Amino acid sequence: MFRTEEMDINMGPQHPSTHGVLRLKLTLEGEVISDIRPVIGYLHRGVEKLCEHRTYPMIEPLTDRLDYVAAISENLGYCGAVEKLMGVQVPPRAQYIRVILAELQRVASHLLWLGTHALDLGAMTVFFYTFRERELILDLFEAFCGARLTYNSMRIGGLYEDVPAGWFDRVRHFIDIFPSREKEYEDLLTVNRIFKGRTVGVGILKPEDGIALGVSGPTLRASGVNYDVRVAQPYSSYEQFQFDVPLGANGDTYDRYLVRMEEMRQSCRIIRQALERMPQGEVRAKVPKYIKPPAGEVYHVVESPRGEQGFYIVQVAGEMPYRMRFRAPSFVNLQALPTMCKGQMIADVVAVIGSIDIVLGDCDR
Amino acid sequence: MSQELTRVLIESGVKIALFFVIVLTLIAYLTLAERRVSAWIQDRRGPNRVGPFGLLQPVADGIKFLFKEAITPLNAYRPVYLLAPALIFVPALVTFSVIPVGPPVRLFGYDIPLQIADVDNGVLIILAFASMGVYGVALAGWSSNNKYSLMGGIRSSSQMISYELAMGISLVGVLMATGSLRLNDIVQQQAQRGWNMFWQLPGFIIFLTAAFAETNRLPFDLPEAESELVAGYHTEYSGMRFSMFYMAEYANMITASALLATLYCGGYHVPGLARLGLSGNVAALLGAAAFGVKMGAFLFLYLWVRWTLPRFRYDQLMNLGWKVLLPASLLHLLWVSLIVLKGWV
Repeated sequence: MFRTEEMDINMGPQHPSTHGVLRLKLTLEGEVISDIRPVIGYLHRGVEKLCEHRTYPMIEPLTDRLDYVAAISENLGYCGAVEKLMGVQVPPRAQYIRVILAELQRVASHLLWLGTHALDLGAMTVFFYTFRERELILDLFEAFCGARLTYNSMRIGGLYEDVPAGWFDRVRHFIDIFPSREKEYEDLLTVNRIFKGRTVGVGILKPEDGIALGVSGPTLRASGVNYDVRVAQPYSSYEQFQFDVPLGANGDTYDRYLVRMEEMRQSCRIIRQALERMPQGEVRAKVPKYIKPPAGEVYHVVESPRGEQGFYIVQVAGEMPYRMRFRAPSFVNLQALPTMCKGQMIADVVAVIGSIDIVLGDCDR
Repeated sequence: MSQELTRVLIESGVKIALFFVIVLTLIAYLTLAERRVSAWIQDRRGPNRVGPFGLLQPVADGIKFLFKEAITPLNAYRPVYLLAPALIFVPALVTFSVIPVGPPVRLFGYDIPLQIADVDNGVLIILAFASMGVYGVALAGWSSNNKYSLMGGIRSSSQMISYELAMGISLVGVLMATGSLRLNDIVQQQAQRGWNMFWQLPGFIIFLTAAFAETNRLPFDLPEAESELVAGYHTEYSGMRFSMFYMAEYANMITASALLATLYCGGYHVPGLARLGLSGNVAALLGAAAFGVKMGAFLFLYLWVRWTLPRFRYDQLMNLGWKVLLPASLLHLLWVSLIVLKGWV
């Protein structure tokens, strides 16, 4: 009459902490996870196929919709790929402004991650603090390009326009106040015993596993692998900036937290340097009105807040690509979830998903 | 019917009605306080549209809950599913009946204690009703026929049982010091030789922690753990039935705060009030006010903690309960017995 059995449980696609429409099929032994299978595709919109029927400038708004919490990184990666294909040299001022935008976006994206990660662990207040600062960044973006989520902020060959008057001062003001705000979050979490209890030693990703699974970004660096696209294959003049690549030691959830916190500080450092050394001049290279790149293939990667964001374009002829392919860091990083979660408890799954920082728009495309 | 019996019946009836209304109002405004305090902690405004300063918000919430459809899932076990909200709400309210909120007042020539029932075994009644609450949670989780609810129910039953142990043992310290289970005696005794909070500090801290766990509040809100179990044991409940669970949580908080104030902070005792030589009724009202302030302080602590700390994990919670709080409460008991034996206090 009495027996024990494993319980199958569906987490998602509608669940408060799967960060979008991710579905996890969990097999539980009490509270312990014996098997976990992520099911993706609920947000698949066929963006890659859509690109085959758009001219090159028309594709940029589509890239906004991939990783919608870090749209500028996508814009930057896509424009960079087309520019590489066409052999266009972007003016230095545009490159610097792009760096400022991308780093602000990294901070905004990490703030969203931090807020939701803390929320998943039950610390609700951090969410409101991070969104307060994220709001400041969104205001900056709004002042720059008029949009707050899907920016379409760049153009092939540079930027549509120079920044509005006084914008750099507003950015400087933000990076001046941000360190004290970041300390507020750290006061709530970094040394909190409950937070450490929930994250230290949870969801460990060994460096060799991370590399084998193709994991990238802060998730990989927390395992101690020093790989940052900004350093390994610099783009948009990142080689001219001084910054550290924070590394973790244990590859657990706590390390991923620490790495991202440090990345926000480093982003501010990069922005400060860019503001100090901002070149004068044009913000857009001379590109033809109708963009028709020469036939060929190109692969361009940028370091998005989530990891290595790649754009692969096959051009045969005309104004539209023959084939587009995005290397989505969320998609690749999600592969590591079963490795990290097996044998842990159900509450750890939530912590680990939060610490991988996936965006389903990016994952499903 | 003798005159005495009639008087007692009328007196108790009035007091029950009064306590009921006061506690329900407290619950309603505690929900508002929670939202305003959380807004204050989180650097935002909170509800301030309904009435002045949002004071009518609880009324609006109540109306909303009443008009919402109460859904019963197809595969729920209906009798238990319907019973569970009542099972959690009623004990939460009943517990308050034995708590003395002030010294007796003199009205119409009678001494009327500010307490519904001044029973000899008040502490036992409180413990008994506190452990009733777990049935509501466990049965709600089981009868909903939802895996998340079930896990919430199981979590909460093990959690509440584990923490009741530590809670009970730390309470024994108070009982040994007083030699009585009557809450009035406990208050009187504290008035004579100082609040228990000071010389039974470990017991106080253990009781406080266990009270957080008993009321399923953060950092121990695992039974409903929103981010893991959607809403835990009350996932399937809606409308007024859900609001019963919601109100029970606040009722439990109020009871726990009242208990903490009574057992460890001298209840309605105000240090130095006796020397002022105020007349009976004024002193009684001041005592009741002091009790309110003490209770309010604990309620604020509840809110403050909830909006600051993250949540424990299930195994960490159990470890804390069995491996830390239980031995600590036993040690504390040893310490208190030594003090009582030697007659140091």
